[in-house]
Amino acid sequence: MSQLGRRKFLLYGSTGVLASLLLKGCASGGEGDTAADPCAGANPCAAGDGIKVGILHSLSGTMAISETTVVDAEMMAIDEINAAGGVLGKKIIPVKEDGASDWPTFAEKAAKLIDQDKVVTVFGCWASASRKAVMPVFESKKHMLWYPVQYEGQECSNNVFYTGAPPTQQIEPAVDWLLENKGIEFFLVGSDYVFPRTANTIIKEQLAAKGGKTVGEDYLPLGDTEVTPIIAKIKAALPNGGVIFNSLNGDSNVSFFKQMQGAGLTADKYPVMSVSVAEEEVRQIGAEYLKGHYASWNYYQTVETPANSKFVADFKAKYGEDRVTNDPMESAYIMVYLWKQAVEKAGTTDLEPVRAAAVGQTFDAPQGEVAMQPNHHISQTVRLGQVRDDGLFDVVWSTEESLEPIPWNQYVKETQGFACDLTDPAKGGKYKA
Amino acid sequence: MSTLVEGLFNGFSIGSVLLIAALGLAIVFGLMGVINLAHGELMMLGAYATFVVQNIFKPLGEPWFSLYIIVAIPVAFIVSATVGLILERGAIRFLYGRPLETLLATWGISLILRQFVRSVDWLLFISIGVFCLLFFGGMKLVKRRNDWLRIKNKVIALLLFLSGGIAIAFNSLLSSNSTLTKPWFSARNVDVTAPSWLRGGTDALGFQIPYARLFIIVLTIICLIGVYWFLQRSTWGLKIRAVTQNRTMSSCLGIPTDKVDALTFALGTGMAGVAGCAVSLLGSVGPNTGQNYIVDTFMVVVVGGVGNLLGTVLAAMGIGVLNYLIGSGTLALMLTNINAPQGALDLAFFFANSSMAKVMVFALIIVFLQIKPAGLFPQKGRTAEL
Amino acid sequence: MARKDEGSRMKDETGIQLKRKKNKNRLIEVGAIIALVIVMAVLLPSVIPAFRLRLIGRFLSLAIVALGIDLIWGYTGLLSLGHGIFFALGGYALAMHLKLQIPEGQIPDFFTLYGVKELPWVWLPFHSFPITILALIIVPGIVAGLIGYLVFRNRIKGVYFSILTQAALLVFYNFFNGQQKIINGTNGLKTDTEKIFDLVVSSPNVQRTFYIITVILLVLIYLLCRWLTTGRFGRLLMAIRDDETRVRFSGYDPTGYKVLVFAISGTIAGIAGALYTVQTGIITPSIMQVAFSIEMVIWVAVGGRGTLIGAIIGTMLVRLAQTFLSESFPEIWLFFQGALFLIVVTVLPDGIVGWWTGYGWDKLRSLLGLKRSVVTYPSLAEDPEVQREIGEISENK
Repeated sequence: MSQLGRRKFLLYGSTGVLASLLLKGCASGGEGDTAADPCAGANPCAAGDGIKVGILHSLSGTMAISETTVVDAEMMAIDEINAAGGVLGKKIIPVKEDGASDWPTFAEKAAKLIDQDKVVTVFGCWASASRKAVMPVFESKKHMLWYPVQYEGQECSNNVFYTGAPPTQQIEPAVDWLLENKGIEFFLVGSDYVFPRTANTIIKEQLAAKGGKTVGEDYLPLGDTEVTPIIAKIKAALPNGGVIFNSLNGDSNVSFFKQMQGAGLTADKYPVMSVSVAEEEVRQIGAEYLKGHYASWNYYQTVETPANSKFVADFKAKYGEDRVTNDPMESAYIMVYLWKQAVEKAGTTDLEPVRAAAVGQTFDAPQGEVAMQPNHHISQTVRLGQVRDDGLFDVVWSTEESLEPIPWNQYVKETQGFACDLTDPAKGGKYKA
Repeated sequence: MSTLVEGLFNGFSIGSVLLIAALGLAIVFGLMGVINLAHGELMMLGAYATFVVQNIFKPLGEPWFSLYIIVAIPVAFIVSATVGLILERGAIRFLYGRPLETLLATWGISLILRQFVRSVDWLLFISIGVFCLLFFGGMKLVKRRNDWLRIKNKVIALLLFLSGGIAIAFNSLLSSNSTLTKPWFSARNVDVTAPSWLRGGTDALGFQIPYARLFIIVLTIICLIGVYWFLQRSTWGLKIRAVTQNRTMSSCLGIPTDKVDALTFALGTGMAGVAGCAVSLLGSVGPNTGQNYIVDTFMVVVVGGVGNLLGTVLAAMGIGVLNYLIGSGTLALMLTNINAPQGALDLAFFFANSSMAKVMVFALIIVFLQIKPAGLFPQKGRTAEL
Repeated sequence: MARKDEGSRMKDETGIQLKRKKNKNRLIEVGAIIALVIVMAVLLPSVIPAFRLRLIGRFLSLAIVALGIDLIWGYTGLLSLGHGIFFALGGYALAMHLKLQIPEGQIPDFFTLYGVKELPWVWLPFHSFPITILALIIVPGIVAGLIGYLVFRNRIKGVYFSILTQAALLVFYNFFNGQQKIINGTNGLKTDTEKIFDLVVSSPNVQRTFYIITVILLVLIYLLCRWLTTGRFGRLLMAIRDDETRVRFSGYDPTGYKVLVFAISGTIAGIAGALYTVQTGIITPSIMQVAFSIEMVIWVAVGGRGTLIGAIIGTMLVRLAQTFLSESFPEIWLFFQGALFLIVVTVLPDGIVGWWTGYGWDKLRSLLGLKRSVVTYPSLAEDPEVQREIGEISENK
């Protein structure tokens, strides 16, 4: 009897809480709706007469770990621009949306940003799958996405600006350097999804063309932590040492490096070149396990340029002394500025003029000068770094000057000879050069 | 020969991770029939406890730092067991005998725990403390009244709203204080670095044996012996087994079934904590750590047969060795050596990578359950009808 | 003697009255459904913005899966944690058909990235629309039937069944993630820019059509489930849920029925998956994550298992709450979702609909000052003799 009674009351309580939470959710949803109407009523928009931009990343779910750092960099750039007077005399108003590490949600939120919030551009995405999921939305609405992460290339869309590196600006120089300095036998390890699979296809072709040798490759399911079989394979394939090219992602990296060390595969005999391990990841894995291994990026926190000292100092002042900066964050920071410059050159936030004005913009980025090319990728410097004791990177090699981006890979047969020039309607996203 | 030994060792080392992770589950599932989907999250709590202990020992310097893992194991046990105890008293005890409902409830708990470690800060901690103090303190006060039973429901509802409201108000009052709102762990992974004596390995058998793996194997054996001893030789173990066999009769004979339930659950979740401490040596520690293990460990328990430690051990080792043989391509090589037919060879090579090996192992488990539906060592008698 | 005749005549009358009442109830129900369909399919599209409509369309397709889950969980007592498999199979079937709407001889662009020259043979039949529709109905059903047969044949049930379906889900998830060369791995298949009957899938008109199709299919599947659960078959399902051993002793073989109902549920999930995919614009293996399949169960639990309308209501409520909450407070959403699981199993085991019919309706009536309806056997309550006696008793008081 008493059991039943308590149940009823718990029920009242919980439905009450539920209802109030729902109401709260609806209420704030409603606020969002009014904000959608540009600058109507007494919202912040009316005060500053601002420009709305969308920020679309995973704030929750598995990808949130990485993507929130990029959001921090984007917010910092926006705050800096606003502090310096904004764009075209107006403040930038960021509208944040959560993709929740779920690709359909990304597509849905992209549509919401464009249709309801009427943003003038969107900065967003991390995983290739999320970019591919939102692309149709941007293409069908002829809108504009800025994408800040290194990726597998093989794409060139009029509706996307890529400030991360395609393989030509990250993987290929690394492979060349390894061939020259570390040995010709490669073992390829990756997470089981598109980026590592494509990257490894490219590496295999490149090695075949340049006299290297792929002695084995293996893939781990995303998030899996049992790497014993892979390590056994590496030992069998490279008994006397050799190069390991690592495109593992996320948690798997932690297990991989911890267990590499346990199995006695040390950096001097088995140097690992990683393409998804930056400062942030080194901290999470522990520098002790990574010391002496390599990574390939365009930017490291330790890069010595005036712009970078300012960037790092500002970032630490804003988000805390214990934070680090890394390549995707720098790319995210760059793209906000490139967009701002394009808007200023075009004199409007309308999509087509801004798109046209963006090509050719240069920016004195923390990594050095970058320039937006006609294929919507940026020319940037490539650097190889070696992990040191404090978890940051020593730059061991870098290109003399910035490298031109080539989205369609020239080592892969299917895309050999193709190029991309989005400023020329006759050529477009994929043409035979 | 050396290859064979190495293969077996690697298989066993995979198996021992599975076993230590599944041990707690085997206790909770086997003895209580509770499907604890939050098991992985309790492992995660154990791993976070290890991280905290590591950070406490860091300033002490060597040689203290290298001993932190020894301290971390009991701490992880206690943290997870305490949380387990709270869960059992707070939610799971109302659901005994309804395994499907427990499954959903524990999944809810796992979601909450995952988000908890992401967003926990002093403020949240204090707010929860305030809420508990007000709510349970209030309950205690009102309980003294004579008409308690009559007004019980109203009081609970009132207290729930009042203390909840005060806690939320308190929370928003202090939310401007940045030291209080700094997250303890944040959503990022944290790094647990093994002490130097657990890094690297030894060449004892002609191939490199990682110390961390050896440590986990030894820890697993100790836990196994400990659990076996506790269940078979101690008074409380006897009571636990009695309640498992016949709850009503045990209750009649004066065994406090409530306490036994709580104890069993705490033991199981405590083992999850130890497992979390162990896996932190091998893998990542983050909010999603537990998710990587949960399905695998359930498979171990199901294949082993519910409520049977020996079955769990054999299943874990079997799955470990199988996983290694298929995933490392050893199976494919063996088939080549014995001139197996081309079809089998192609199949073996198709599955000879870590990602596909997992698919294969699960498929084999499902086939295995066709032959022995109740696992290696099925429970006999009517108890098997769950 | 005469009195007895009178009694039987009166009983006949009550029988007729009951039938009339039943007919009346049915009429009300049909009317309600038609009204709802008109509101949902005709009015709503012209009122709310296109992307919100798309959202509702997706929720409705999820409600279809929820119906399927209710069928096996609410009525048959089988808790499947692997419905993501069937959902994804349906989605992939339709998405691939859309991908193949390209000139003769070409293959979808992603294949070339992996060096695939020819269309994998599994996809060859998907050039044809009728075969695709057939496949997206049949394939999930067959897969479900197969899994069901393997599991039920050995009388594996209860939580073991749940865990096995979860393992199966993981197998499919890993497999789909790993197979770039057949299904584009993690990146999945996009449908938005593809064409169906020479119309772009993401264009507003096509989307509205999909939305209306979703509404109609939801109603049709609701009626199908109702039909399944009311007759003899439905009673048998419930008997299996309540005491399978007894059903077996009564001479039935529950295995066949369980396999059948699981296959039907899989089919329903497949149809839902196809509708969901075209209204989302993409299908990826992430749809087969463990969490999503468990979420499906909670929709049913919130609405009320064992009540079909509950499955639909639960889905809509939870998904709407998720959309609003995760838009404004992404952090709170997980806490909330976790709490939802706990609340539903501890204090609200019958779900919203169950609570309403069992308790809430009466409470509302008593609050409004109306008489509480007494739950008895209807034939007794309507029996004039009983009524008279009740009247006498109250007079005596």
